[in-house]
Amino acid sequence: MIQSAPFPSQTLLQVEELRTHFNTPRGVARAVDGVSFQIERGQTLAIVGESGCGKSMTALSLMGLVPEPAGYIENGRVLFDERDLLDLTWEQMRDIRGRDIAMIFQEPMTSLNPTFTIGTQLIEAIQIHGTANGEEARRRAEGMLAHVELQNPAQVMRQYPHELSGGMRQRVMIAIALANEPKLLIADEPTTALDVTVQAQILNLIRRLQRETGMSVLLITHDLGIVAEMADRVAVMYAGQIVETTSVRDLFHRPLHPYTQGLFASLPARARRGHDLATLEGVVPEAVAWPPACRFEPRCPFRWETCARVAPKFQPAEAPWPTRCHLYDPEIADRPMRGTPRSQQQVARDLETAAAAAHTTEVAS
Amino acid sequence: MLRFILKRLLLMVPLVIGISLLSFCVMQLAPGDYLDQLRGDPQIRPETIERLSQQYGLDKPKATQYVLWLVNALQGNFGPSFTYKIGVFEVIMQRVYYTLLLAVCSLIFSWSIAIPMGIYIATHRNGLADRLMNFVAFAGISLPGFFVALLAMKLAQQTGWFPVGGASSPNYEQMSWLGKVRDTGWHLLLPVLVLGTRGVSGLMRQMRGNLLDVLSENFIMAARARGLAERGVVLKHATRNAINPLITIFGYELSGLLAGAALVEIVMSWPGLGRLLLESVTGRDLYVAMGAFVMGATLLIIGNLIADVLLAVTDPRIKFS
Repeated sequence: MIQSAPFPSQTLLQVEELRTHFNTPRGVARAVDGVSFQIERGQTLAIVGESGCGKSMTALSLMGLVPEPAGYIENGRVLFDERDLLDLTWEQMRDIRGRDIAMIFQEPMTSLNPTFTIGTQLIEAIQIHGTANGEEARRRAEGMLAHVELQNPAQVMRQYPHELSGGMRQRVMIAIALANEPKLLIADEPTTALDVTVQAQILNLIRRLQRETGMSVLLITHDLGIVAEMADRVAVMYAGQIVETTSVRDLFHRPLHPYTQGLFASLPARARRGHDLATLEGVVPEAVAWPPACRFEPRCPFRWETCARVAPKFQPAEAPWPTRCHLYDPEIADRPMRGTPRSQQQVARDLETAAAAAHTTEVAS
Repeated sequence: MLRFILKRLLLMVPLVIGISLLSFCVMQLAPGDYLDQLRGDPQIRPETIERLSQQYGLDKPKATQYVLWLVNALQGNFGPSFTYKIGVFEVIMQRVYYTLLLAVCSLIFSWSIAIPMGIYIATHRNGLADRLMNFVAFAGISLPGFFVALLAMKLAQQTGWFPVGGASSPNYEQMSWLGKVRDTGWHLLLPVLVLGTRGVSGLMRQMRGNLLDVLSENFIMAARARGLAERGVVLKHATRNAINPLITIFGYELSGLLAGAALVEIVMSWPGLGRLLLESVTGRDLYVAMGAFVMGATLLIIGNLIADVLLAVTDPRIKFS
C-alpha cells in the first residue's frame, strides 16, 4: 500500500492509514478514512477535493487540533522528522505547532483576534516558542511584516485586524506562520476568500518564501489551477479517502480516476464555446454514510454492479500510479470497456432515484 | 472622546427635564396633596395650612407650580421636603450615597464572582460544576429578589450574625473612622449578597455562552495552531472578546440593579434612594419624589454612558461618534 521512498531521509512527513472519526447524533462520521501520503523536504503536496471530502480535517489531524471531544483520531501514523506525532502529549504537540508545523487558514478575515493589534499577535507568536524575546521579538516581527511585502510595517504593527484588507490580513497570517521558520507549512485554502488578483500575489509570496526557506508545503485546495501553479505532487481526495495520487505533471497529462477526470472536465478552460460547462452531478455523500464499496460509485459515469459490492484497491495492477478504481484492475473480470461512460443525464437520473430511495427509507424508519 | 462625553452629557439635559415633567404629572394623577393629611388633623388651624400652602407654592395652578420648580431646579434649588423640613437636595444626596454604595458593591461582587465562574464552567462544559451552577443560576434568576431578601432577614434575625436591617449601628457617630468603615461594611454585607447573587446568575450564564461562542471562532483555532497554551487561548484571546458584550449588558444591568436595590432597600430597611422614592410617593412629598425620580434617571443615564465609554475603550472596532 505505502510506497517506500527511495531516500527516506528526504521525507519530511509520512502519513499512514490516518483515520479521524467523529461521533455525531446520527452515527460515527469517518471524515478521514485511511489516508496515506508523504511530503519530501522542500516540496509541495496539494490535496484536492470538494467541500466535505475530509481534506481540512486531514490537516487538523496533523496539527493535533481535531475538535474534541466529538472528533478523535482512530488510528494511523503521522511520522514527522521520523517522530510519530500521534504518540506525543498535548504539551509536546504544542511545542511543534507554530514552530515546526505552521498553518494558515481559509478565512483571513476571522483568523486574527479582533481585539489585539497585529504587533501583539505577531510578537506573541514569536515569543510562545522562546525563539526571541522583548525588543528582539519586536524587531523580528517588524522584519517579518516587511518580508511578506507589507508596506510600512511599523504602522501595521500598531493596527487592528479590521483596519486591514483581506489580502493584507492573509499576509499577516503568513508572517505569523513563518515567524519561527517552520519545516512544514499547511495552507488550508489560503486564497479562497480573496480576490483573484490578490490570490496570485499571495501564491507568489508563498512560493517565494518556500524557495528562500526550503520548507515543505501541504496545500489544501479545490482549485486545480492553483495546483498546477504551486504543487509538485498532488493527492485527489474523495469521501475521506485519497483516490489518486501522483506528480502534478502526470495528473494533468492523464488523469486516471473517473473523479479526477470529472474535476478536469468541469474546468471552465476546458469548456467548448456554445456548450454547457460539464459538471460533476451530485454532491459528496455524508460522512456518516459513505457508500459501502467504491465511494464514488453513485456519481461515477463508468460504474457497473461490481463497484457497489467490491471496494477498489488503492493501486490496481494496470494503474501507473495509485488510483482507487476497478477500471485499472485486471482481477476484476467484468470491468467494461473503458471509454463508455454513462451520459450526464443518466447519472443525474440515477442520483435522483437513489435520493428518492434514501428519502423513502428515511421516512419509513 | 472628550467631545463624545460632553455631547452625551448635554443631551442628558432635555431628557432629564422631560423625566421631571413626567414625574410631576404622575404625582398629580392621584387626587390631593401633602397638606390634605394636615387638613384632616383637627389640631392644626386652617391659617397654618394656608400659610404652608403659600410657602410651598401649592396654591398656584399646576402648570405654574411645575415651571417654578423647574426654574429653581435649574439654579440648583430642588425645593423643600415637606416631611423632612430640609432641602430636597440634601435629603437625596445622602440617600444616593447609600444606594450607590449598595449598587457598586453588588456590581463588584457579582462581576468578580460571575466572570471567573463563567470561564470555569464554559471550559468544563457539562462537568459537575457546570450542572450545579446551571441549577443555582436558574434558582437565582427565578427566585424573586424580595423573597431572598426576606430569607436573608430571617437568617440575620435567627443567627444574630448580621444586623437586622439598617445601614449603621446606633452608636455609629461615636466610632473612629476605621470603626465606621467596619460598621458600614457589616451592615452592607447581607444586602450586597442578596442583590449581588441575582446579578451573578445572569452574568455567569451570559459569560459562559459568550465564551463558548468565542471559543468556536476561527482566530481561536489559529491561536492554538500557533502553539499557544490552552490557558493563554482562553484567558487572553477568548475572554477579552467574550467580555465585550457583557459591558453592553452593564448599562442595562444598572437599571435592573437600581430597581432591584429599591426592593432590597425596602425589605432590609436600607436608607437608599429606592426606599426614599416609595416613602415620598406614599407621603405625597412632591418635590422629594420628583427629585428622586430625576436622580434615579440621571444615575441610569450616566451608567449607560460609562458602559458606552468602556466598550469603546475595550473594543478597538468601536469608534466614538
